[in-house]
Amino acid sequence: MAGADGDDSLYPIAVLIDELRNEDVQLRLNSIKKLSTIALALGVERTRTELLPFLTDTIYDEDEVLLALAEQLGNFTMLVGGPEYVHCLLPPLESLATVEETVVRDKAVESLRKISQEHSPVDLEVHFEPLVKRLASGDWFTSRTSACGLFSVCYPRVSSTVKAEIRQHFRTLCSDDTPMVRRAAASKLGEFAKVLELDYVKSDIISLFTALASDEQDSVRLLAVEACVSIATLLPQEDLETLVMPTLRQAAEDKSWRVRYMVADKFSELQKAVGPEITKNDLVPAFQNLLKDCEAEVRAAAANKVKEFCENLPEDSREQIIMTHILPCVKELVSDTNQHVKSALASVIMGLSTILGKDNTIEHLLPLFLAQLKDECPEVRLNIISNLDCVNEVIGIRQLSQSLLPAIVELAEDAKWRVRLAIIEYMPLLAGQLGVEFFDEKLNTLCMAWLIDHVYAIREAATCNLMKLVEKFGAEWAQNTIVPKVLGMANDPNYLHRMTTLFCINALSEACGQDITTKQMLPVVLKMSNDQVANVRFNVAKSLQKIGPVLDSNALQAEVKPVLEKLATDTDMDVKYFAQEAISVLALA
Amino acid sequence: MSAISASEKVDGFTRKSVRKAQKQRKSQGSSQYRTQSAPVELSPLPQLKDAPSTEQQELFTQKLQQCCMLFDFFDSVTDLKSKEIKRATLNELVDYVSTNRGVLVESAYPEITDMICTNIFRTLPPSDNPDFDPEEDEPTLEASWPHIQLVYEFLLRFLENPDFQPSIAKRYIDQKFVLQLLELFDSEDPRERDFLKTILHRIYGKFLGLRAFIRKQINNIFLRFIYETEHFNGVAELLEILGSIINGFALPLKSEHKQFLMKVLIPLHTAKALSLFHAQLAYCVVQFLEKDPTLTEPVIRGLLKFWPKTCSQKEVMFLGEVEEILDVIEPTQFKKIQEPLFKQISKCVANPHFQVAERALYFWNNEYILSLIEENIDKILPIMFGSLYRISKEHWNPTIVALVYNVLKTLMEMNCTLFDELTSSYKADRQREKKKEQERDELWKNLEELRLNNTTLVQNNSHGLPGVQTLRKKGTLGVLLGRWDQIQN
Repeated sequence: MAGADGDDSLYPIAVLIDELRNEDVQLRLNSIKKLSTIALALGVERTRTELLPFLTDTIYDEDEVLLALAEQLGNFTMLVGGPEYVHCLLPPLESLATVEETVVRDKAVESLRKISQEHSPVDLEVHFEPLVKRLASGDWFTSRTSACGLFSVCYPRVSSTVKAEIRQHFRTLCSDDTPMVRRAAASKLGEFAKVLELDYVKSDIISLFTALASDEQDSVRLLAVEACVSIATLLPQEDLETLVMPTLRQAAEDKSWRVRYMVADKFSELQKAVGPEITKNDLVPAFQNLLKDCEAEVRAAAANKVKEFCENLPEDSREQIIMTHILPCVKELVSDTNQHVKSALASVIMGLSTILGKDNTIEHLLPLFLAQLKDECPEVRLNIISNLDCVNEVIGIRQLSQSLLPAIVELAEDAKWRVRLAIIEYMPLLAGQLGVEFFDEKLNTLCMAWLIDHVYAIREAATCNLMKLVEKFGAEWAQNTIVPKVLGMANDPNYLHRMTTLFCINALSEACGQDITTKQMLPVVLKMSNDQVANVRFNVAKSLQKIGPVLDSNALQAEVKPVLEKLATDTDMDVKYFAQEAISVLALA
Repeated sequence: MSAISASEKVDGFTRKSVRKAQKQRKSQGSSQYRTQSAPVELSPLPQLKDAPSTEQQELFTQKLQQCCMLFDFFDSVTDLKSKEIKRATLNELVDYVSTNRGVLVESAYPEITDMICTNIFRTLPPSDNPDFDPEEDEPTLEASWPHIQLVYEFLLRFLENPDFQPSIAKRYIDQKFVLQLLELFDSEDPRERDFLKTILHRIYGKFLGLRAFIRKQINNIFLRFIYETEHFNGVAELLEILGSIINGFALPLKSEHKQFLMKVLIPLHTAKALSLFHAQLAYCVVQFLEKDPTLTEPVIRGLLKFWPKTCSQKEVMFLGEVEEILDVIEPTQFKKIQEPLFKQISKCVANPHFQVAERALYFWNNEYILSLIEENIDKILPIMFGSLYRISKEHWNPTIVALVYNVLKTLMEMNCTLFDELTSSYKADRQREKKKEQERDELWKNLEELRLNNTTLVQNNSHGLPGVQTLRKKGTLGVLLGRWDQIQN
């Protein structure tokens, strides 16, 4: 063992080394995660001279360990003696940046990017930039991939000769013969363009962008679309047409659906980047094509952007463009063959009403909403219902309520409990917009029926829903419409329903206030303490604990305490446990 | 959605098999983003065999051009007549290139490859079922198969025609052609992948100039599969081709090939969908080891590095592969890896999942492995003993316990004295281990304290050493490290 018989102070590194070599990965991992502890113990000098060389030499381990190491080293600047010595961290991170496992490599690059900021400009040129160069000309694709992420952090802070070298390296990697490296370069193209001088953006970046956007692999081309947004933002308006638009047009009609999907997915960003004029002339027809694409994936991605696209159209021609160009496509999508497309559309279509105003909404959009409310796919209906607030603001919900009700009822009884769960979550929103009368008349029975659903998650959500309704409609409403029904379930032969009563009381007591809780709810809870099912009894204890704070001390002492004391002597150990817990929480002992 | 059985409503979950059964067998069109206008109606051309030999070549070309027309197979009612004409023509072309000699004149090559490229090279459509489970789900089938199948058939017959001349064809069957062919291996349709496999194999055989390129591109596909997408349908087929390519490697192996083994094939073991191509992968690995036994150590260490930690099915596959390797291992190589390997096997034997334990214990049914173990019993028995002994008392599964007894018996017969020693020291060993663990915990706890104290010290003093010294005087670290010394000895 190193230094075991020499200098005493060498021990901590011996400890670490031995832990690092432990056969058990978990123990190795633990020790690497506490690397900072060891470094602190060693002091900055020995961390630099002994610990880091050791770490650099031992980089063959489980990826899990390497990941932890890569992360730790990003925060090591102070532990090696501050910015002046930060370059000591480069050798181990350089090795980690060449590892095969993407997660490790990405973390190493992240740490390198972080510590690059702590380098002085001189150190950056002396230590950091040579590392980037070494990585960029590495034999195996992993190091070249990592290099792609490092150019943009050192470029702004180096001399112009070094800058020229960096640009040259980046160019080389953009035409690397492995697609993995070209993908890495393409994904960093936008970021790199941002730190370049405008002249170089025009001379260098545009040609790289054009080349990557016509790469033989679609996985590279689609990344160029992402870069397109940043590049277009950097260029002056007058250059966009010649430098960017030919490539973007080509991407929107690429033969691979993945590239077209990417265009659709980034459409709003693209729209902002190229400005209103190009949007009107080029993007509107491109968007129409994407909405009519032969692949459902692309249509769905485009459908998702309908609202945002329309919102960002130049105001002077917005309505005309929507009415003549976009709306016809939207109408077709409402009866698309693919349910993902329809549900993507349903999640944004309501937003159009604010843009188009009352009359257009009633005339053109309302029929579409109504059609979607009757769609065979529950997700479509749910998406419409969940966005009702947008329409409510424009035309009021009454217009829809006739169609809304059957849709809600059907969803409420859907065979899939996740669908039922989703509609419950919109109940408070619906109740707020439809008003108390409509609610009492049409929806109250549904809400009560969910309390005896077969699925626990539904009963639970229904309980929570009642609480939100009471918060909305007030205690008096609760007393008249909900509380009697809830309390009635306390006598149900099914113990699960009896427990639901308790869960409802837990949720409602606070919203209903002291009076209702003490006079109506408490007697029922207390009576249930004699239930023959232990689960009900220990839930009584839990409920008492829960509603205790709402009650006055008189009720607590006179009514709650004796019952809890009795439960604390129950034969069932769970009942005992929860009763004792309630006694101590309510300070009744 | 209408008829829901009561049981289904109770838990809300339908069993996967039920849902699967409801789904129909789907087929899918290729994602042709066609600028091509609606297909023109085809009119039948005269039969090639009826044409005078002087006109045959011209007619052959016309037929090839006719077959460049693409049809929409999603729409099963349109263009029925034209579709039928194209099918019949393709059949005739297949027949023509497979039975006739002298039809592959130089001028026909571009027409032939053009027809093939137009038909088969297309962007594959998005997967209908993103969580497609190839073991359980029906694959989505290519809708235009009635035509595409014949085009593949034609390509194969073209390549296999005795008159076929790679020196002419290489102008058309070039790197770009191969690249597009390789991308098609991602097709979900197993029939298509099967054709592609045979075709790529033929191309690899006939075009020496493309071999390195093909290998490199397969590398790239695998690396993308491992580190980027984890999705590619044709891994098994590509590995199958590689299996026979590796078989033909000359000795000594080039470093490119060794790199492929260590940087691509071994990491492929980490894939989630390993079960789909494990047989082919293990075959490739064993092929390498049979070529060059000195690769055994890095391969075994590689497998141990990627040994599955949570997936029992994969662990069983790894054990199977290890047994295949052990079947061909040289005794000198075995000595190099026995220690790390048997440490892993000893963990597997003690695995609570009985299939893993059982698979590992089956090693003792293998005569050759037994002979290797016997030869090295002094090293292996101490590694295995602890797990076996414990499992013989504790495992929940009676079959495993019975197997373990047999294994213990076999090991005892190999070295009775060592076995007795280990049995008598078992308890003491366990206690020592436990103590060691406790001491490690304490060590870290104290180190942690040191950190807390030191944080304040470092703030006052940029050199951390005095902090340690101070603490050492206080005794914490001194006591602690003294104990560490004992642990070491």
